[in-house]
Amino acid sequence: MNQYSNAVTSIPASALATNKLIRNSYLLLSMTLLFSGAAAAVGVFMHVSQGVALISNIAAIALLWFVLPRTANSAMGIPVLFGITGLFGLGLGPLLNHYLSVNPSIVMTALGGTGAIFLGLSAYALTTRKDFSFLAGFLMVGLFVVIGAALLNIFLAIPALFLAVNVAVIMIMSGFILFQTSSMINGGETNYIMATAGLFLSILNLFTALLQLLGAFNNND
Amino acid sequence: MDWLKIGSALFLIAMLVFLFPRMRHAVKHAPKGSNQDWLSFVAIIAVVGLFVMLLIMMV
Repeated sequence: MNQYSNAVTSIPASALATNKLIRNSYLLLSMTLLFSGAAAAVGVFMHVSQGVALISNIAAIALLWFVLPRTANSAMGIPVLFGITGLFGLGLGPLLNHYLSVNPSIVMTALGGTGAIFLGLSAYALTTRKDFSFLAGFLMVGLFVVIGAALLNIFLAIPALFLAVNVAVIMIMSGFILFQTSSMINGGETNYIMATAGLFLSILNLFTALLQLLGAFNNND
Repeated sequence: MDWLKIGSALFLIAMLVFLFPRMRHAVKHAPKGSNQDWLSFVAIIAVVGLFVMLLIMMV
């Protein structure tokens, strides 16, 4: 009987650590998304130019690549993460301004669609506890190819390639959400700041790709 | 050609340069998935695709 009660009441330390990691990551993710949304609103109201948006995105990527990995294990990691998400939010200003002037319902649909995809994929990964670590190579190659195609399309400006890149980004970011969530569950990621940064980037890219795809198929554009 | 295009292109080239060693590492060291794993992933992505098509029809 004593053995039975011990088996029921004792929770492995690794499970507690995983639950804490997931709880902290989602809490921080919700706060960074709100902060990024506020920064995006500032970008929209101030009519931030495309040049400022580009500089803002470059600064965010530089912080993400060179500063966050060095500060993620200290208290400085949180302000750095808020800086990154704020800069990415500000960088959304011109894109949001464009689609808000064309058809505001596109922005709301993209926002709702992104939320539904993220919640659905996270719920799937969390409830099934499947290991999606086998996706790492596929997702990285896919991301590399998509960035290459986007680079080509800056100069070629082919509408079909623009659509294909956005569809591919939606699929790849969906894969990244599964991969990152499963790596939190299965011990691949143990730092909640890095886990939040990964999920935030996936959500941001998913939102911008969905927004551009919906904008391209909108009749009023 | 305006400087925004050049700036964006340089930004994407920097991303490719940064990603390349990580991509090579991931391809070499990622565990291999079974057919069942890949089938379940394709099924999930198909559901996402159908949902995106639904959103496109809504706007």
